[in-house]
Amino acid sequence: MRHVAKLLTVSAFTALMATTAMAQTPKDTVVMAKQIDDIISLDPAEVFEFSGGEVVGNVYDKLVRFDLADPSKLYGDLAEGWTISPDSKTYTFKLKPNVKFHSGNPLTAADVVYSFQRAVVLNKSPGFILTQFGLTKDNVTEMVKAVDDKTVTITVDKPYAPSFFLNCLTANVAVIVDSKLVKANEKAGDFGYEWLKQNSAGSGAYKLRAWRANEQYTLEANPDWFMGAPKVKRVVVRHVAEPASQRLLLEKGDVDYARNLSKDQLDSIKSNADIVQQVGDKGYILYLGLNQKNPNLAKPEVREALKYLVDYDSIERNIVAGTYKPHQAFLPKGFLGAIDDRPYKFDPAKAKELLAKAGLPNGFSVTMDTRSVNPITDIAQAVQANWAQAGIKLELIPGDGKQTLTKYRARTHDIYIGQWGPDYQDPHTNAETFAINENNAEDARSKTLAWRNAWDIPEMSKKTGALVFETDSDKRKAGYEAIEREHQKVSPFVIMFQQVEVAAHRKNVDGLILGPGSAANLYSTLSKN
Amino acid sequence: MTTSNISWGGRSAVWGRIAGRELSTVAITFFGLLLVTFLIARVIPIDPVLAVVGDNAKADVYDAARAALGLDKPLWQQFATYVGKVFTGDLGKSVLTSNLVTDDIKRVFPATLELATLGTLIGVALGVPLGVLAAVYQGRWPDQLARLIGLFGYSVPVFWFGLMGLLLFYAKLGWVAGPGRISVAYQDFVDPITGVLVIDAALQGEWEAFRDAWSHLILPAAVLGLLSVAYISRMARSFMITELQQQYVIAARVKGMSEFRVIWRHALRNAFVPLITVIALSYAQLLEGSVLTETIFAWPGLGRYITNSLLNADMNAVLGGTLVVGAVFIGVNLLSDILGRLVDPRTR
Repeated sequence: MRHVAKLLTVSAFTALMATTAMAQTPKDTVVMAKQIDDIISLDPAEVFEFSGGEVVGNVYDKLVRFDLADPSKLYGDLAEGWTISPDSKTYTFKLKPNVKFHSGNPLTAADVVYSFQRAVVLNKSPGFILTQFGLTKDNVTEMVKAVDDKTVTITVDKPYAPSFFLNCLTANVAVIVDSKLVKANEKAGDFGYEWLKQNSAGSGAYKLRAWRANEQYTLEANPDWFMGAPKVKRVVVRHVAEPASQRLLLEKGDVDYARNLSKDQLDSIKSNADIVQQVGDKGYILYLGLNQKNPNLAKPEVREALKYLVDYDSIERNIVAGTYKPHQAFLPKGFLGAIDDRPYKFDPAKAKELLAKAGLPNGFSVTMDTRSVNPITDIAQAVQANWAQAGIKLELIPGDGKQTLTKYRARTHDIYIGQWGPDYQDPHTNAETFAINENNAEDARSKTLAWRNAWDIPEMSKKTGALVFETDSDKRKAGYEAIEREHQKVSPFVIMFQQVEVAAHRKNVDGLILGPGSAANLYSTLSKN
Repeated sequence: MTTSNISWGGRSAVWGRIAGRELSTVAITFFGLLLVTFLIARVIPIDPVLAVVGDNAKADVYDAARAALGLDKPLWQQFATYVGKVFTGDLGKSVLTSNLVTDDIKRVFPATLELATLGTLIGVALGVPLGVLAAVYQGRWPDQLARLIGLFGYSVPVFWFGLMGLLLFYAKLGWVAGPGRISVAYQDFVDPITGVLVIDAALQGEWEAFRDAWSHLILPAAVLGLLSVAYISRMARSFMITELQQQYVIAARVKGMSEFRVIWRHALRNAFVPLITVIALSYAQLLEGSVLTETIFAWPGLGRYITNSLLNADMNAVLGGTLVVGAVFIGVNLLSDILGRLVDPRTR
């Protein structure tokens, strides 16, 4: 008993000792709570996830950037300017003088050549953004050439629309890496891949100081950045998976930003005078994919009926307010050719009429693979209730993200509720996946979303593919608008929402830029009082 | 209890036999563990390539990644390659973290170790006396209280408990620090030696950092501690009830021994033998890592590591993590066996 009593006393004492005054975040450091467990690599030739994209966007610079206010406008970043040859196949970029990498090495045309070469040869997930222009590992040093120290030419294989090519250069895979530094860390001809996964060799506003997977990354300001030194010295982003924990940390002032709060948490911190919310449009589209292998879903009337059977307004109001907004076309707002038409409203009577026409007056039974995360589950349940009004029995099959995705990619689903984010800032990225399916066979090489839903569309595929060669920007825009309108009518996609990213922050901290893609979430303008 | 007539030679022979038996059991257990985990991870309907290349990758990139993971080879060959590597101490690389699995485990296991150890200490310190009191005062208020605490610990979901704890002790009262292992202001002060933050901070004399780390640790440990209090107190109670009905207890009482000595010296000592196994099992369970607690408290521990890897079919990480869990179970079992033998003269 004496021992037990001693133990008790000790544990009570130590518990009391834990009473500490809360440390606020350091003055020159901005601390964020965010879900960052999607980062598997920080090599810009490989990064293709949301969180990794944000790191690369702040650590590296590109030849061209898009205007954050109007993403369809482009301007030079590392490039002072560029010219395009009359045959639309060769682009000549003049680099800005006096740009230095974090290492102190000057940024030259040789770095540009090396960066493109490694991205094309490594050919990781985002590699196609460059290889779709005919760059291959065999010809890349021919196609991308240094004319002199500050001039680079890039040649593409076909006369693509310049807007298409230049938009692709704003993607993370086209950032410029410090070739001297990376070469020094090469192992067995891996272009420094093993090393760059966990280190940085950029010229951007911040340099990577440390990344521990599923835990944290730390960025340190680059005082010599060619756009001017950032105001905040360090940015620490910690992985906090649970949004409720993020909220508590923010309210206590232990973090300056909480990046993944849900609608409920955003509602409940509205009354807190120390916290401000900021929003930015994100390109992610939330949709239902209707597998055309299912004979009921293959009927055009059924597809249309289901579009009338979603109570968009109520879902927005009750489930996703502030984090998603209604959107019914495959191009997100901010893209060239995006339309804001919303032809579908909740109309069970009209849906029943269409179902009757399809020979299914009493509805039918169907399943939907649903990721067990919010708000996906809640939306799926709302849709289930909506469809019941027309007699459609929707069974939800819950699963983890990768599990439902594996099934979707194998085309063994009936309906899939999913999100799609654009790969780069050009309409072709979404147009390709939603409206091109060149080969509907099981062993097709290109498994676009249209393919995954077994939607056989030779005509539309041709029309959509041709738009990457439309050099007249206005015509190109009109072309996408027309395809989107047709798509809205006939496609097996019930497009419902576009994501809005919300960041909640302490009043004394400000300046985070929430751009249209995660690579355009910028820290360089952060400030703290 | 401390005296023994067995000669040293005889004793070491006994221990040698035991060690031999345990070792062969360990080897078989490990192999079985690897095989089952490997097969489970292969039959789950999750495509491991997705974790590497993501959803939007083109076919050639997908195929290259699949080949790099060795998934194009037959199943038995994949398993043979893996086991062969394990014998040389190579657990491979995790595709999610880009690190060697051994490095990852060195990072996440100490985080769980520190949580589980403190949790178990709390569990024992509170659970054993509570269980003894409940047994002694069977059916009266201490017993009811113990039952209530047990019921609470068993039935309240741990994520709710964790969040409420944070809300009260962190957000409202400010007694403890919030989610995470250490505040940003202190995180570069402590060099990793053991990986257990509070120990490293103490070793280096960084008392500010120690206080901060301790303040982060106490609440999640207490949450886990409550779970083991519930379990340990119930078991302690039932063991004590059995002991208190034994004849030696009656004999001790008849001889006029004080009730205090009867309960705490004699009955509890005997109840402790089975209780050691209970405590060891509860400790081993906590050492597996508690996914929900680790998630809520943003604690980069083993439980979250294994779960996250499994949901992404990150094979090397899952297998490596499972090996660690297996080793922990076997190790703790072994330890409880040895402790049991030391405490209980009959097993010698």
